[in-house]
Amino acid sequence: MTGGSAYVEGIGLWSPRLPGWEAARATLRGEALAPAPAAGRPAAALLPPTERRRAPDAVLIALEVASNACAMAQRDPKTLASVFASTYGDLVISDYMCATLADNPALISPTKFHNSVHNAPAGYWTIATGALAPYTALTAYRYTFGTALLTSLTQLASDTAPVLCVAYDIEARGPLATMADSRGLLGVALVLAPERTAASRARLAWQVRCGEARDSVPRAQNAALAAGNAMAGCLALAEALADALPRQLVQSLAPRLAIELSVVPVAGASTAP
Amino acid sequence: MRLAPLNITAYTATCAAGAGRAALLQALRARASGLTPNDFTATPLATSIGRVPQLEQQPLPGEFAMWECRNNRLAWQGLAQDGFRERVAAARARYGAGRIAVVLGTSTSSIGATEEGYRRLGSDGQYPPELRRPIVHTPHSLGDFVQRALGLEGVCATVATACSSSAKAFAHAERLIRMQLADAAVVGGTDSLCGSVLYGFNSLELTSREPCRPFDVRRDGISLGEAAGFALLERAGEGPWLLGYGESSDAHHMSSPHPQGVGARLALEAALSSAALPAQAIDYINLHGTASRKNDEIEGAVVAELFPARTRASSTKGWTGHTLGAAGIVEAVITLLALEHALAPGTLNCRELDPACGPQILRDNEERALEFALSNSFGFGGSNCVLAFGRSRPH
Repeated sequence: MTGGSAYVEGIGLWSPRLPGWEAARATLRGEALAPAPAAGRPAAALLPPTERRRAPDAVLIALEVASNACAMAQRDPKTLASVFASTYGDLVISDYMCATLADNPALISPTKFHNSVHNAPAGYWTIATGALAPYTALTAYRYTFGTALLTSLTQLASDTAPVLCVAYDIEARGPLATMADSRGLLGVALVLAPERTAASRARLAWQVRCGEARDSVPRAQNAALAAGNAMAGCLALAEALADALPRQLVQSLAPRLAIELSVVPVAGASTAP
Repeated sequence: MRLAPLNITAYTATCAAGAGRAALLQALRARASGLTPNDFTATPLATSIGRVPQLEQQPLPGEFAMWECRNNRLAWQGLAQDGFRERVAAARARYGAGRIAVVLGTSTSSIGATEEGYRRLGSDGQYPPELRRPIVHTPHSLGDFVQRALGLEGVCATVATACSSSAKAFAHAERLIRMQLADAAVVGGTDSLCGSVLYGFNSLELTSREPCRPFDVRRDGISLGEAAGFALLERAGEGPWLLGYGESSDAHHMSSPHPQGVGARLALEAALSSAALPAQAIDYINLHGTASRKNDEIEGAVVAELFPARTRASSTKGWTGHTLGAAGIVEAVITLLALEHALAPGTLNCRELDPACGPQILRDNEERALEFALSNSFGFGGSNCVLAFGRSRPH
């Protein structure tokens, strides 16, 4: 199997206990206690206030972490190809759609319907930033985060251009919650670049290997911060990036396939958040 | 940047117009539409649909009971056509199960099973026991099922970018093969009729009451359909070629195309550039052509601007309906049939061409040798993908 390497230039992270990379970094390093769960939703300052009020949680969380990662990387979002990934998509709208279809299908809201597509956050991202660069939106069930990373790293290597990788899941509602188990909001975004630049924070060397693998997990106190969210697997990489120490990580891609990541901080990179 | 072409060593599609290549080709030649009055929804909804017959009587084999749902039944039926499963099994023997990727597009995957769960909730507010299978209530239901059904163990992703999904699957897979992460890839996708899309598109006032009439001056909306289609991509082989692709975003609106077709033009130009073909070389374009007022007007204008009068362009949604996440693969298959059988299909149900269209739009079928062709897929959320195919490898 083959692999490659990339540089992390920007990181976005948001959950109620990890509200933004600056706060999250200290918490994940064990230097600060996690704050009480943030009341309310991520700010997603990219959206005009009226749109922000109406926007579904899935859109807010994805736009929040994506714009923060781009700001840290000092990259213009317009220029970045992007990969958006979510295990379940918009579980709140799925619950609404299925409940309304069961009750009175003629009452389906057209806005909720067009927001129900898996690529709604990606669509809103390109609209808000004016990005004509392509995006994709994908899912791979338990392997969604690993597959999002692999897809981003593959695209970066094949196009020799930076890529924005965004992964998120939201809380399930209604009867669907018994089948699609996800709690709370969690989003992570990475700006990945093929070459080292002034903005580089860490180098990721990666390799795909056949065979069963055990996914890396964050330290127990960190795992507890987003426990129950379907995207919680991303916290192992977030913790490694926060620690700024070399670390080996594994994320499964399939029952007998995994991506191995070697995370090495870039010497001289700003250690400030 | 010019891509190294990939060979399409097997391909197939199953939709309302026919199951498998021979049936689909026959329907194209006979101009026999698969669209029928809507009989899918429990409450009446006046629209035409492209419904694949008999799915209700064709459960999955017992070993796949966990994945049972309409969408995976349709995928299974699609895999059974044209010896596709056998071709994949032969590729698996050659490369190994871990070296064949599965990248499939869908818009709604098996949400129909979730809808059914909500219709049949017990007094405890729970799904009926036979629907308590988490995998069918996730959008990856499709990719997971097809990977298991084909006995594959490589990279597996479900792409869900609305109506461009299964076209973008080709692009994803090409990058995986180019970067040596796979030696072959099963691409394509499946979307099946469900309440979400029938009532959803109706709520947007985008569905027509009659069978859709792409590029007709009096077109008034889309007809929804369902389909499964698959292609096997390898570095070499005897089949037609994937020469390139172009992807872009409109950055304009969630459910309405960019009024000047900015994203469509970018995707077309990128597809030509990656295939190293000038617009003049394109013999045929299978258009997105949904029969919505806006799509056809904008797409027709972009084609008229970029391509010479000799390029033939048509929408085949009058045969199949708009199969959403499966439209990319169904229309890729029709494009490949067009190349292999020297048939430029016309635009079924188009009675009077919109005079705003350029000379490229073809209403009647035309028998002519075709060497290079494109297939357009444009989706909600402004996601565009254009695929470039060749009957043979260009020199």
